[in-house]
Amino acid sequence: MSVLRQEPLAPDACDHCGLPVPAGLYDAEAEHQFCCAGCRAVYETIRGFGLDRYYSLRGDEEAGLQANPDGGSFATFDHDAFQQRHVEELPGNLRRIELQLEGMHCAACIWLIEHTPRVVDGINSIQVDFGRKRAQVVWDPSRVGLSRIAETLDSLGYTPRPYVGSPLDEIRRRESRRLLVRMAVAGALAANVMLMSFALFAGMFDRMEAEYRELFRWSGLGLTLLAVIWPGRTFFAGARASIRTGVMHMDLPVALALAAGTIWGAVNTVRGAGETYFESLTAVIFLLLVGRYVMQRQQHAAHDAVALLYGLTPGVVHRVQRNGSLEDVPVEALESGDRVEVLPGESIPGDGEVQDGRSSLDLSLLSGESEPVNVEPGDRVFAGTTNLGSPLRIRVDSTGAETRVGRLMNLVESFARDRPRVVRLADRVAHRFVLVVLSVAAATLLGWWWVDPDAAVENAIALLIVTCPCALGLATPLALVAAIGRAARKGILIKGGEAIETLARHGRLLLDKTGTLTEGRTELIELHGDRDTIRYAAALELGVAHPIAHAFVEAGRERAGAPVACSGIRYAPGEGVAGRCEGREVRIGSATFTAPDGLPSRAAGWERDVIASGLSPVCIAVDGEVVSVAGIGDPLRADAAGALEALRERGFDLGMISGDDPRVARAIGRTLGLEDEAVHGRVAPEDKARHVQALRRDEGSLIMVGDGVNDTAALSAADVGVAVQGGAEASLSAADVYLSRPGLAPLVELIDGSRRAMGVVRRNMAASLAYNLVTGGLAVAGLINPLIAAVLMPISSLTVVTLSYRSRTF
Amino acid sequence: MEVLYILFPLALLMAGIAVVAYVWAARAGQFDDMETPAMRVLHDDQDPDSGKPKAP
Repeated sequence: MSVLRQEPLAPDACDHCGLPVPAGLYDAEAEHQFCCAGCRAVYETIRGFGLDRYYSLRGDEEAGLQANPDGGSFATFDHDAFQQRHVEELPGNLRRIELQLEGMHCAACIWLIEHTPRVVDGINSIQVDFGRKRAQVVWDPSRVGLSRIAETLDSLGYTPRPYVGSPLDEIRRRESRRLLVRMAVAGALAANVMLMSFALFAGMFDRMEAEYRELFRWSGLGLTLLAVIWPGRTFFAGARASIRTGVMHMDLPVALALAAGTIWGAVNTVRGAGETYFESLTAVIFLLLVGRYVMQRQQHAAHDAVALLYGLTPGVVHRVQRNGSLEDVPVEALESGDRVEVLPGESIPGDGEVQDGRSSLDLSLLSGESEPVNVEPGDRVFAGTTNLGSPLRIRVDSTGAETRVGRLMNLVESFARDRPRVVRLADRVAHRFVLVVLSVAAATLLGWWWVDPDAAVENAIALLIVTCPCALGLATPLALVAAIGRAARKGILIKGGEAIETLARHGRLLLDKTGTLTEGRTELIELHGDRDTIRYAAALELGVAHPIAHAFVEAGRERAGAPVACSGIRYAPGEGVAGRCEGREVRIGSATFTAPDGLPSRAAGWERDVIASGLSPVCIAVDGEVVSVAGIGDPLRADAAGALEALRERGFDLGMISGDDPRVARAIGRTLGLEDEAVHGRVAPEDKARHVQALRRDEGSLIMVGDGVNDTAALSAADVGVAVQGGAEASLSAADVYLSRPGLAPLVELIDGSRRAMGVVRRNMAASLAYNLVTGGLAVAGLINPLIAAVLMPISSLTVVTLSYRSRTF
Repeated sequence: MEVLYILFPLALLMAGIAVVAYVWAARAGQFDDMETPAMRVLHDDQDPDSGKPKAP
């Protein structure tokens, strides 16, 4: 990565992000070119602050991220309820907040962000944590407001959101530091013991004076005791748990070998004769702790990456005050009994009842259904749904965790808790390995007892030490960690190694329809009859916040023609729109709205065609006659069919689950080659999870792929939940895997990569077991000595490390 | 060779100091973020081309 190099970008590349400039925006006269308004705004802000060195610090290869400032107001950041939740008071009348920043991608970004205190008066310091994409801001509230700081960061292209830590954060941080300390101490001790052993090994060949031999042995014993008691206690704790639960765990033979080896070495040191294995013992502790630390760090990194993705921008609510005026408050300040106003395009902040206004709501977040639903005073509405039509006044009766969405989230947690643990390959191997090692050690002890009782103990202990599953302990974590790291670079975030193991198996794969197999937005897909009517439709629907209206407007924009002026536009909720365009009476909507006397046979035929392809029909009538029928629907993702075919080839039993009407779901399923029995329609979010549980019980491993809030419970109920790009924040937190690239092709990559990763795990295990077979055989034969043990131990671990990091998985 | 009796404890003492310093650093969170400081050193605060920082 060259940070200090600057090469001229291609002449038609955006000066901010380096992406090609669209032909329409290219201005031959201008000195600088931009691919979008966002990049221009950010470029001008950076220049205006005198921070243009950002562009020379940044190499070209780090460019390529389009600036996307939110541009919104961050006024809620100054609100008391917000500050109480996220801000920490510091001495000296300062305040501190931890913000998550979107769009940070290179070293120059760190420079830019950390230089904002120079341009905004009142910020004391900003410290970036690049890996977690967070920044700690310390500021003086009497000199600058937090909203102003947030706006500045946003205008630089890094949209800030408050970091909402989880109670696990502190536990994880402490756990990680403790493991780091233990690992490094074990490493330091192992290295020192190794040096002393080298002296002893050298002394084997050219006679060392007994006096110095004793010195080295006693020093080695001291350091080994320290290593076993301090970093080594990890394994004794694991062994204790293993005995208590009755499950054979790798920690058991390790603890046994450590205890027996240390005691035996101590006895031999005191009596001044016999072998000691101090260097092997300390090396075992160090290498096994390395494996653990690497695994833990990777898991935390995945959690952090996901935490960034589902950080929420604080929501603003328009609360109606006693005197009838509106007051903007953060959503956290909302209480049961409050009245709020919800404008078109906003989402409803809590469960409640409509008091005033008529509108239609987009319930897709809750039900997964793409069709909007009409509401009027007295109807119940749920948090998280979006108002599409006109302003609504709502009396809120439950907020936060009490709402239906909140309860759904609790369901997620309970499903995740009840999920049975997969018996992992490593555990199964460890189980057998432990039994074999212990019985062979017992046999060696008994067998040698007849020959030479003194050698019997010696050989049995040598066996325990040399078969210490060092490489075996590293085999699985290293292979999985390497795979998780490679996957992350390809935009596939995997939260744990267990998911990889389950994904590599054959089983059942259940996909959500809306937003997963489809694009998740409404589009005009078919148009029968007079295609020219689209111009009228687009003009009439321009001001309507309904998804169907949006589809017409988009379609009209694509075939740009002379704009049509319309007058007398009337909107009939749930039915359609009517108005006069170019002197003709145009009606768009349902069959009954456009043709009260029944559809003419030609139009009825079109309508049947549209329904047969799983779309919703919308009729367009001009001067009282239906001249065309449009098919509106959610288009399939371009790569959906190909991806499903690839998954079928890989032995998966595919199914689809949807909140939509069963007929629509089946029609979509058929175009993807799914049997009608594999398609489940009209499934409520709570039932989705139960469905997944039932299927899992009789089918073995089950993978659920989804995107919406309505899928979250199902994602956590499945053996592995996969959230696709564009998914809701909540689904990301529930899923084990998140595909951050659009489309379903990454899903196939995920399966292939997991299978290759498990192949590496098996190869690693085979390699380490082979080493154990050789060393174990030598020990049983009484041919092992500390020198051979000290050489073989690191070689076997090195083999495993090389195999793990050199294999192509993702 | 008697010098070993002095050098040996001395070497261990030095190693011990290093370990203590390390443990302190790890517990103080010095190793929590392994990426950012490595990138931060590349930024020269005496930037020659943009002149003096604007007045705060």
